[in-house]
Amino acid sequence: MATRIFVPRDAAARAVGADKVAAAIAEETKRKGIAVEIVRTGSRGLFWLEPLVEVETPAGRIGFGPVAAKDVASLFADGLPAASHALCVGRPEEIPFLKKQTRITFARCGIIDPLSLADYRAHGGMRGLERARSLGPAATVEEVTKSGLRGRGGAGFPTGIKWKTVADTAADRKYIVCNADEGDSGTYADRMIMEGDPFLLIEGMAIAGFAVGATKGYIYIRSEYPDAIRVMERAIVLAEREGLLGAEARFDLEVRVGAGAYVCGEETSLLESLEGKRGQVRAKPPLPAHKGLFGKPTVINNLISLATVPAILADGAEHYAALGMGRSRGTMPIQLAGNSKYGGLFEAAFGLTLGEIVEDIGGGTRTGRPARAVQVGGPLGAYFPRKLFDTPFDYEAFAGLDGLIGHGGVVVFDDTVDMAHQARFALEFCAIESCGKCTPCRIGSVRGTETMDKIIRGERVEANLALVTDLCQTLKFGSLCALGGFTPYPVMSAIRHFPEDFDRPRLKAAAE
Amino acid sequence: MAVVRPVAILEHLNMPAWSEAQGNDIIRRHAGREGALLPILHDMQATFGHVPTPAVPVIAEALNLTRAEVHGVVSFYHDFRDKPAGRHVLKLCRAEACQSVNGERLARQFLDRFGVEWGGTTPDGRLTIEATYCLGLCASGPSAMLDGEVIGRLTKDSIDDIAREVG
Ligand SMILES: Cc1cc2nc3c(=O)[nH]c(=O)nc-3n(C[C@H](O)[C@H](O)[C@H](O)COP(=O)(O)O)c2cc1C
Ligand code: SF4
Ligand code: FES
Ligand code: FES
Repeated sequence: MATRIFVPRDAAARAVGADKVAAAIAEETKRKGIAVEIVRTGSRGLFWLEPLVEVETPAGRIGFGPVAAKDVASLFADGLPAASHALCVGRPEEIPFLKKQTRITFARCGIIDPLSLADYRAHGGMRGLERARSLGPAATVEEVTKSGLRGRGGAGFPTGIKWKTVADTAADRKYIVCNADEGDSGTYADRMIMEGDPFLLIEGMAIAGFAVGATKGYIYIRSEYPDAIRVMERAIVLAEREGLLGAEARFDLEVRVGAGAYVCGEETSLLESLEGKRGQVRAKPPLPAHKGLFGKPTVINNLISLATVPAILADGAEHYAALGMGRSRGTMPIQLAGNSKYGGLFEAAFGLTLGEIVEDIGGGTRTGRPARAVQVGGPLGAYFPRKLFDTPFDYEAFAGLDGLIGHGGVVVFDDTVDMAHQARFALEFCAIESCGKCTPCRIGSVRGTETMDKIIRGERVEANLALVTDLCQTLKFGSLCALGGFTPYPVMSAIRHFPEDFDRPRLKAAAE
Repeated sequence: MAVVRPVAILEHLNMPAWSEAQGNDIIRRHAGREGALLPILHDMQATFGHVPTPAVPVIAEALNLTRAEVHGVVSFYHDFRDKPAGRHVLKLCRAEACQSVNGERLARQFLDRFGVEWGGTTPDGRLTIEATYCLGLCASGPSAMLDGEVIGRLTKDSIDDIAREVG
């Protein structure tokens, strides 16, 4: 019988040669007459080990990584790869980075063939939808509320309450919209699910549709994710073929592709974009739950929020709510990124401290230098210094420090970082991505960038810092959405926690 | 105003020149879809390498919009080009996670090697280099995308590899 060999097709694995490795394995095993079946999976999220090749054995899967195409000949030198090979990492589940996790949303990612519904079912898929159907719509919403699940897109709004608002609003047509715009630097959880476990999202959206009485769903995926778009579209066709979507299921699903605008991750801007308009932010009220897509009641949720619902339904709200701390219930897929030694996806109950995440789990920096600053929650998130490494990963703890956990991105910088440049970038990014509706965001961000340039050049530093601080106040209180409103977080945290970087003799930098 | 492009350049880019018949075919494929404008614009760009200026009034007419509205949408989104790019397009990530692993310095070396600035195309039309803000490969940076294919853990050597690839 052919031995199954698992090679990820996740974009982050392909980006470091997974396709070449898969091709080399196919060729080498054919040449040697070794019977194998190559299964392309999602990623386990241990990116420093990618491409991570796994071989099925009677004792479970054994991993090898990072494998390059040139390693394949030695891997198969004596038949199937042996545990004695230098690249062997043992059973993936025993690698501390995986072993320490609580995988609920990511339970199947990297394990199954993403486009096999049989695999999906065999690994516990569809149990959530079945339970929802047996509970009925109202009790399904109630279950989501009881789980304590809060939006994983950034704002942390209770998902069950959002659903209830839509369920209680009468209309001839309602929509479920999945926000898969994932624009935050340092985040890739949405992408991993779409590429590694797409039926999970389909199940989550079908549950949402059933719960609130919506018959149509859209998945808005950013154009920077061509792989995810391909897999998701294919998964929808397969689900339709099985009657999980379509007329019989009374729920249709469609992928729509963004066009490179960060602000289109903001929910009302995303709805405008779906309607075929410029992605400008709408004033609230009305809430999307009352008047959303095409003026109809709409549930708009982040992909991880929706993809967590099937497990909540399948195993019960109490099970999920038992995890976490304070008002942050359940698990969060933390995405370690940037200059991290062990960068990857770490799903865990809320409550780990930032220091545990960066140092114990992430192993410090890839460069081996001390970690100096950590940006949490994407481009609108604050920069944290070491002295705040005891902050627990929790919505309220981060908000209390003028920061946010956002979508769970944790970007590590070593001690070569220049925080004045990072503050400048935050303002520049706001200028590039502003939707143009508010003056402080559109014009203020440009002025702020120019003022930061002066500070970096050493011109009237004190007066110009006061100007930037003032401007941040204006942005914070004069912006319609969090792009303008939260840009002060990275800027002011950099100034507050790393003042020495704003007062350096700039001559050396200028001479470089 | 329709910009007339020398046909020679378009042939060289392997993209068909704007044709109203082909444009109408694209629009028809999306007939009846809710909010069809973005899908239509994506298809126009996939077919012609950009959203040709003469496509704007045709789309406007079909969707019952004004030209100004269609133009407003085209110009709002970073993805849509109003003129064709080079034969190959390299997108380099300039967002924070890639900055933290020296992405900016490497990006500068790429630009210098090909003698272009951000958004620029080499004089022989072989390569356009654009900025992008995160490709979701943030634990494997610095990251890039060449003609839609992802590349991670870029190094100085990658510059030569990519130079070879774009011939
Ligand atoms: C500028 C900006 C960008 C955003 N980008 C995203 C995004 O890429 N993905 C996302 O899910 N939410 C994003 N959000 C948050 C959404 O507006 C919204 O809160 C979220 O989609 C709600 O879903 P949730 O309750 O499941 O989190 C963004 C918000 C702002 C202000
Ligand atoms: S803050 Fe900026 S992005 Fe948000 S609505 Fe205002 S102009 Fe648009
Ligand atoms: S809407 Fe008036 S300043 Fe933002
Ligand atoms: S920040 Fe470069 S890929 Fe995410």
